[in-house]
Formats: sequence, C-alpha cells, structure tokens
Amino acid sequence: MLHFTRWQTIATLLVSIFFCAMLLPNMLPSSVLNSLPPFLQRTMTLGLDLQGGSYILLEIDTKAVHTDRLNALRDDVRRILRDARIGYSNLTAQNDVVNVRLREAKDMPDALKKLRELSNPISNIFGAQSGRDIDVTEAGDNVIRLTLTEAGLNERVRQAVTQSIEIVRRRVDELGTVEPLIQRQGADRVLVQVPGLQDPGRLKELLGKTAQLTFRMVDQSMSAQQALETRPPPESDVLMSSDQPPAPYLIERRVVVSGEDLVDAQPGFDQRTSEPIVSFRFNNNGARRFAQATQQNVGRPFAIVLDNEVISAPVIREPILGGSGQISGSFTVQQANDLAILLRAGALPAPLTIVEERTVGAGLGQDSIEAGKLAAYVGTALVVAFILATYGLFGIFAIIAVFVNVGMIFGILSLLQATLTLPGIAGIVLTVGMAVDSNVVIYERIREEFRGGRSALTAVDSGFKEALRTIVDANVTSLIAGLILFYIGTGPVRGFALTLSIGIITTMFTAYTLTRLMIATWVWWVRPTRIPI
Amino acid sequence: MILRLLRLVPDDTKYPFVRWRRIFFPLSALLTVVSMGAFLIFGLNLGIDFRGGTLLEVQSRASSADLSAMRTTLGELNLGDIQLQEFGSPRDVLIRFEQQPGGDAAQQAVVERVRKTLGDAYEIRRVEVVGPTVSGELLRAGVIGVALSLLCIWIYLWFRFEWQFAVGAMIATLHDLTLIIGFYAITQVDFDLSAVAVVLTIAGYSLNDTVVVFDRIRELLRRYKKMPLNDLLDLAINTTLPRTVITGATTFLALLGLTFFGGEVLSAFTQAMLVGVVVGIYSTTFIASPILIYLGVRTQTVGEASPPVARAKIEAPAS
Repeated sequence: MLHFTRWQTIATLLVSIFFCAMLLPNMLPSSVLNSLPPFLQRTMTLGLDLQGGSYILLEIDTKAVHTDRLNALRDDVRRILRDARIGYSNLTAQNDVVNVRLREAKDMPDALKKLRELSNPISNIFGAQSGRDIDVTEAGDNVIRLTLTEAGLNERVRQAVTQSIEIVRRRVDELGTVEPLIQRQGADRVLVQVPGLQDPGRLKELLGKTAQLTFRMVDQSMSAQQALETRPPPESDVLMSSDQPPAPYLIERRVVVSGEDLVDAQPGFDQRTSEPIVSFRFNNNGARRFAQATQQNVGRPFAIVLDNEVISAPVIREPILGGSGQISGSFTVQQANDLAILLRAGALPAPLTIVEERTVGAGLGQDSIEAGKLAAYVGTALVVAFILATYGLFGIFAIIAVFVNVGMIFGILSLLQATLTLPGIAGIVLTVGMAVDSNVVIYERIREEFRGGRSALTAVDSGFKEALRTIVDANVTSLIAGLILFYIGTGPVRGFALTLSIGIITTMFTAYTLTRLMIATWVWWVRPTRIPI
Repeated sequence: MILRLLRLVPDDTKYPFVRWRRIFFPLSALLTVVSMGAFLIFGLNLGIDFRGGTLLEVQSRASSADLSAMRTTLGELNLGDIQLQEFGSPRDVLIRFEQQPGGDAAQQAVVERVRKTLGDAYEIRRVEVVGPTVSGELLRAGVIGVALSLLCIWIYLWFRFEWQFAVGAMIATLHDLTLIIGFYAITQVDFDLSAVAVVLTIAGYSLNDTVVVFDRIRELLRRYKKMPLNDLLDLAINTTLPRTVITGATTFLALLGLTFFGGEVLSAFTQAMLVGVVVGIYSTTFIASPILIYLGVRTQTVGEASPPVARAKIEAPAS
C-alpha cells in the first residue's frame, strides 16, 4: 500500500493538478478568457438563484395541435374530393378521425387511392420508416375513415415544439437579454432560462400570446348582434374586438392573407393622429393576395384579427397594391412595440402555457452569493481547526487532500460547464465535512494497528489496506443516493446533487491516491518508529 | 515538546452498547411512534413544489414589514388561502398562495395582482410559481426517488454483505427516515424539493456510517470465531466509535457554518440536515449493530478462516 511507482506518483499529481487547474478559467476576466483556445474557455455558470433571472417552463397545448391537424386534414379531404368531382356528404372531423360518406359506391376505389396520397410515412430517429401518419380505411356503408395515427400526432407535436423554440428565441432575443437558454424539455415542453431579467412580466406576456395574425373580410350578410342572438351563417364566426368594452364582429372564416406572409413589422406613429401604430409589409405572395382582395372589395370593411380578437376593422377605401399598410387599434407605445415584436418573430403553432416559474431578483442573488461564500469559509475554517487539533501532522495531510478535493470539484464543474447553485455551494461545504471522513477512517485504523502492536510501517500499510475497503463501501451508498437525487431533482436541488456526487467521487480518488502518496512520502522521508496520532 | 492532540473519544472505550439496547430500542420505538403519529395527525406541510401554488419573497423598503396590514390587503384579493411569515429579518416576508382553480394558466395572474397591490413599498426578491401539472410530477418523482434510492442501496448492501447486515442497515435507515419525517411533521417546516434532498442525503450519510461499523463487525467475525456475539458487537462499535464521532463532528461543524452564515434561503435545509446527522449517528451506534443479534448473524460463517492476530507486540525486522 505504501509502494508508489514513479509513474503512479506522476499520474496522481498530474491528475490532481489538471483538475484543479481547470477551475482557473473562472477567475480570469472575460477579456483574457476570450483569447484562450475554446477548450480552456470552459467555466461554471452561476445558477439563476445566484445570478438573478427567470426560469420559465412552458407547455404546448397538444390538444390545439391535434385539432389544427384534424381541421387541416378535413379541409384537404374536401379539396381532393371536390377536385376529383367525387360527390360526398357528412364530412365530419372529431377525436382525431375524419369520416366522409361517398354518394356513389363506384367512387370508392378512386377516392381511396386519392386520399391515401395524403398519408406520409414517418421516419424514426434512425431514418427508417416506422408507420404512417394517417390511416385511410373503408368503414362500411360507403364511408371512408381517415385516422390520425398516434405516431403521426406525436411527430406533429414534436415539430410544433421545435418551431415554438425558434419563435420563442426570436421573441426573447428582442428583449435584449444576456444569453438566454431555450431548450426542449420532454415531449411537449420548452424551458426558457433568462439570467438577469429585470421585467419577467413583459417576457411572460410576450410568450403567452400565440400571435396569429389574419386578415379576413367582414361578413355583412347580417349584423353581428343578430348573429350572436341566432346563429352565424356557415363559414363565418362572431369575434369580439379588443376595445373596452368589446364589441362583436361577424367575420368570414376564409383567410385572405395571414401573418405568415409578413416580411416586416415596425412600430411607429400615425402621420395624422400621432397615435402609436404598427406598420407592416407583405412578401410578394401576400402583397398579391392583399391587392386582389382590396381591389375586389372597395368600400367594404375588412378585419385584422390577432388570436381571435379583432384589433381593427377599417373600410377599404382604395385598392392597396404596394403590399404594405398599418394597423392602428388604440395601442399604447409599449403595446405597439410588443405587437411588432410578435409579428416579426412569427406566430406560435399552438398556445404555450406557463407551468412553472421561478424568478430570483438580482438583489437576492447577490445576497445569496455572499452568504454562500461566507458559509463556505466559516464551515471550512471550523473543520480545518478541528482536524488539525485532532491529528496534528497527519491533519495537515488531510487538509491538503480536502483542498485538492474541493479544487477538483470546481475543476470538474467547470469542465462540465455545470451550473453552480446555492444548494450546490451547500453541497460543497457538506462534502468538506464528509470528505474528511475518508482520511479519518484511514488514520483511526493506522492508530489502532499501531497501538495494537504493529510497527509504524506495518501499521500504516495495513491501516490503508483495511480502510480503503471500508471507504469504498461507505461512499458508494452515498453516491447512489446522490445520483438518484440528481436524476429526479430540478434546478437548485439538482445543483446540490451534482456537487455532492462529484464530491464523493473526488473524495474516493484523493483518499486512494493523494493521501496515500503524502503519507507514503512522509514514511519514506522520516522512517518513523512511532505514529504521531 | 509533544503536543497533546485532541481526542474526543478516549482510547479503549468499553461502552456496553449491546446491553444498552434495552434502553435505546424502546426509546427509538417511542420516537418512531411519535414521528408516525405526528405525520398522521399533522401531516407534512407540503411546499408549493408538491402542492402547486405561488410563493413570493418580498422585502419592505421601510424598516420593517407590516404583516397584519399586508394580510388584510392581500386577503381582499380573494386568492384563497394565504400564508404570511417573517423570513429571517423583520423586513423580509414570505407569502404563499395556494393553487388557484383554472389549471396552469390561472397561476400567473396571482403574481401580477400581488405586484400591483403591494406596489412600490415592497421589493419582490423572489417568485416561484408551480402549476398543478408540474407539482404532481415533482411529487411523484420525489416519492419514487426516495423509494428507488433505498432499493438500490439495499441491493448493493446485499451483494457486499450477508443478508442480515443488509436488513439491519435498512431498519436503521428507515428508522432515521421516520424520525426526519417526524421532524418535518412536528415543526411544519416546508416540505419541498430541498426536503427530499435532505432525506436522500441523510439516508446516504446514515448508511455510510452504518457500513463502516458493519465492515468492522464482518472483519471481527472472521477473526474471532469464539468470541460471544454480544462482546464482539461491542468491540466493533467501540473501536469504530472514534471515527464515528470525529466524522460526525466535522460534518456537524460544516453544517453549523451553513446554518448560521448561509442565509435564510438555505436555513430550513441546513437545520433539517443537522437533525438528520445527529439521528444518523445515533442510529448507527445504538440501533443498527445491536439489531444484528436478533438477525442471527453468527449462524453463517463469514468468509475464509484466518488466524486471530495476536495482541502481543510484533517485532518488525530492522530495515
């Protein structure tokens, strides 16, 4: 146990120095840091509870995704059957299934063939094909049933989340925050972490709006009030305006132009009234359709609808051929600004709901850092004093081992670019208390062997041998608990589990190599006849 | 000059731990019953992590917060059950709102309304909102996590030691967990994710401790085949006592630093840890090993035979 080959010695020292050195990038000012090669630029990040900022978990409305897909499928079926001049009745869409009854049985094979073209294969992560997204079957009585498969729907949700992440990123970037972290979480969630955010309220408002903009004609076949009381005509809906108090409007379902064709949106002021407005510009496609619609409907009102709310419903005075215009709707400056941001970023494919939020103000963050540092110093000082008092010279070895241990923990955290949270700091302090244990087990064993009659050298040798087995068993149990806690925990608690688990591993390493090396060196130098503990 | 080193535990102690079980087993049984009783009667004060709801930490810009005025103003918002408590200093207040009806979307409105109501007189230091979906998931994860840990550890122990040791260790650990839950039930400290962290860490620490003693017991069983079990167990505990106490002391000191200087956010966490460490050491010393008697640990031979190490001095060759 006391025999260290030269290579073992060098390896031990190198590994210890390497991992400890890895924490150095954290202490460099950013100008120096950026000039280093990428490998050396790895630093720890401070958790939101230390930096201040917001942690927002959003969940996509999967039902909305399913419904949109189903409605699109129904519209596709209608279009295909009409184009093929196949008569049908009873086109329904419900519970992820579209049913349609053909008027004539002879159309069945033709209809089936055409409708089957709607179905697409789904490829799994390996690129292989694993089923289709729509099942088209005959359901007796001249009815064709098109079912959206679960695999297909899951794929849609997954795509919707990917799209949402992009759009959320664009919206968050507009706020000008520092390095937001936006990532997928699970099958239907998006995690947004924005450090140093001063006004989470505005961010949450921006994220809460789907921002689907559509331009539709106002249906003038009956008054909106009439439609409310009786029933709106088919192909039209009653939508409320966004004024106070909200007024009803009867709007056609058919979309003339949608926000997808917007190329730009900027906040501004109306030239005549100086009200805040949002001016927009369409791409060629949108401009063409807009021009067509305005040419055909001079004198009629059209509605600008945002997320099922009518923002404004101006009358078309003249055809708008240039593809640009402005939206006014009694906005404040902030509202105009935000609307422009939303339009530029694009509409979310489905609404996002906030399911979890944790925001820490910068003031508390700073206080937490100070408290963490102070607790770490005090705790460490107490432990150091106690150990020195108990073990004297050997205590110094133990302290060195513990400091290298903590250095390695920080080094590994930096290499992993992990997040340091306040409970994480607590984990490190706790590790200091528990890391000493390995040394204590060794020392007490050595002491016992010596007092039991062995010579100094034999005592040290067998002391290590017996002790190391115990250390491994004891630490593995703690490690299991730590790893499971890491797996189930989130945020700050996860930071604690991480530092604790890393701490246990580094503890076992330093006890097995570094402490042993130091004592072996001491034995070799001093050739003791007595053990000084 | 020879420095006298600190020895918290004198050498060659001979405390009759095994005999003392007649005192400590009933004591532990009593504590366990009290803990379970407290849990059943008072229940745990589940934090928003598990119950859903909103938590705000606010600091008064004036010299101290007016809790009763705040309670009245906030009560008028009709947001259901509100808990207000001072948090570390007279200026800091912790406000807790229960989960609002209306699913995840409804929870956000609470923060905005409170912010408007409190206005500029208070700085909002921290906000945590957990909707019903996530709180359900965290609760499930917490319970599964603890159960899974215990299972994994138990399997590991079963491989490394004979089954009696595994059972003994598990009984001691369950005893510790029950007492910690009792602590949370009696003090009604918030039981949130960090409480689960305490539970898992203490489970790990207590087992850590117990394994050290069991390792010694296993070694002694191999060495002294003729020693009566009671004496052997006593010897094991007494010889590992210095290590148990010293490590306990260092862990305790580290935690003391955290408790007094680590700030209010951590204080519930560290205080529970302190209690856990004490309980863990207690159970290792007074419960885990004596239980082995009832588990018939001698009936199976442990490992290969080895001649007992003579207690006489061994002359090492001069080198």
